[in-house]
Amino acid sequence: MALLEVRGLGKSFGTLRALGGIDISVSASTFHGLIGPNGSGKSTLLKAIAGEHYADEGTIHFDGQDITALRPFERANRGLNLKFQITAVLPELSPYDNLLLSVQAGQSVWALIRSRTKGALHDEIMDSLERFGLMDRADDLASELSHGQQQWLEIAMSLMRKPKLLLLDEPTGGMSPEERRATGDLLLPVKQQCALVIVEHDLDFIKDICDHLTVLDQGRVLDDGTVAEIEASAKVQEVYTTRV
Amino acid sequence: MVLIAGPFFVSDFLTITATRMLILAMLAISFDLSWGYSGIMTFGQALFFGMAGYVVALLANKAGFVQIWGVLSIGMLVGLVVSFLIAWFLLLGKRKPEIIFVALGTLTASYAAERLVAGWQWVGAGNGMSIYDFLMIGDYELEPGMLFYYLVAAILLIAYLASRYLVRSQFGLVLAGMRQNEERLAFLGYRVQVFKALVFCFSGMVAGLSGALYAYHEGFVGPGSMGIALSTYVVLYGLFGGTGTLLGPVIGVVAIESIAFVLSDIDAVRSFWPIVLGVIMLVVVAYKPTGLMGFLVSQRERIGSFGIAAARRVIEPKAD
Repeated sequence: MALLEVRGLGKSFGTLRALGGIDISVSASTFHGLIGPNGSGKSTLLKAIAGEHYADEGTIHFDGQDITALRPFERANRGLNLKFQITAVLPELSPYDNLLLSVQAGQSVWALIRSRTKGALHDEIMDSLERFGLMDRADDLASELSHGQQQWLEIAMSLMRKPKLLLLDEPTGGMSPEERRATGDLLLPVKQQCALVIVEHDLDFIKDICDHLTVLDQGRVLDDGTVAEIEASAKVQEVYTTRV
Repeated sequence: MVLIAGPFFVSDFLTITATRMLILAMLAISFDLSWGYSGIMTFGQALFFGMAGYVVALLANKAGFVQIWGVLSIGMLVGLVVSFLIAWFLLLGKRKPEIIFVALGTLTASYAAERLVAGWQWVGAGNGMSIYDFLMIGDYELEPGMLFYYLVAAILLIAYLASRYLVRSQFGLVLAGMRQNEERLAFLGYRVQVFKALVFCFSGMVAGLSGALYAYHEGFVGPGSMGIALSTYVVLYGLFGGTGTLLGPVIGVVAIESIAFVLSDIDAVRSFWPIVLGVIMLVVVAYKPTGLMGFLVSQRERIGSFGIAAARRVIEPKAD
């Protein structure tokens, strides 16, 4: 069974049918791209998987368990993490504290009150700061970082929870071309750790790092396959040439 | 130093006034834990304060129980239990409660409790209850005065240090994150409402402790001690002194009560001093939203980095 199995997922906002029965499977250790025109339901699907909103119909299975009705923190504790589209690093904390907050999230309240675990987590946080090039800024406020650095901090925070599946909503949004390349380089080694579902407008970026693509259009799955298959797909060509 | 040496140089009357301030400072700290650190707008701190006062007064008058250890533990327990019940209703529902919902909920609870005891003959109704015995430490009777002052100062210090420890621990880091983006914390896997409820209960406990002390210090409890007037005063102490700092509310209590004390003694303003006090408070809260503490510490320092960045520097000194 795949790591993530979404079956018949539907979601309406009033009369707008944002998702009209989506089926999607994501296997472990794959980078799965979600693409499609604006308003095709990519972000809505991602948020429904993370639990930010609940679907009206259909089921979501994650790692063999039905998580359809679970709340966000319960999903997060099972290894399903979402990186927000608009960066949501905690602006008045330092990158170091942001990462600590992320890595200690699974601990009991009592352990947090006793506050003895931060020493043991120090090395892990330092590794992460090093890897995402944030070492020099470790003590600044997160709000003082550049946009790209905030995005990386966000990704670093999500990875700190050692998720089995990480949902990335536009990881390169607002980045310069160099920053995009750097982001790709940062993400590739992650494949040994966890699977990714990536929503992204930059098709070149997605072709570079994804193994598998799902194309959404008007709340439905238009096509699904490897990058090569999607590139050759007539249906996808049609949507992208006529409507974009 | 002033706090320690003070009682040796001033009259008993001033010592008693100062003791009262310190007890109220503890109540103000409990408000700061809820609002300043966890974003729970509580208009019900007086409820825990007054409820604890009533319970220890009843124990003294109906059962003759006046031993200090028991009294203080019972005060804390009452605060804890009552705040837990309120948290259960207001914070731990399936949905995330709005700030205004919590504010009105605590306000209503405080108001209802005030009306309830005001109409209940067994607890003295509108007249409240006097406590005829002094607090006992073993066989020693603790009268309001210098010794009571030092006892309260020591308890206040312990309550302050415990609160400071809590907000600067890794637990406190979660609170700091929650204040900035509650939703983000939920997606990291934190049960945000549970954290809030825990702080709320701790703050209820501190409020209960101060309520028990207050009842014995004044030798009296009345409906006003758990009502909305005192609850609102607590909010003002906090905002005036500066929330999210723990020390701010203490400064707020001392400043407001001192101003009130001095003003009520000046002939020129004797008849309308509350209005003057009101204007001063309004000016501070309107022009300095960070309160009096805002003059002393920067925004960055208020939030702090929980000593972690500092610890890191010790391990790995910076080149510069």
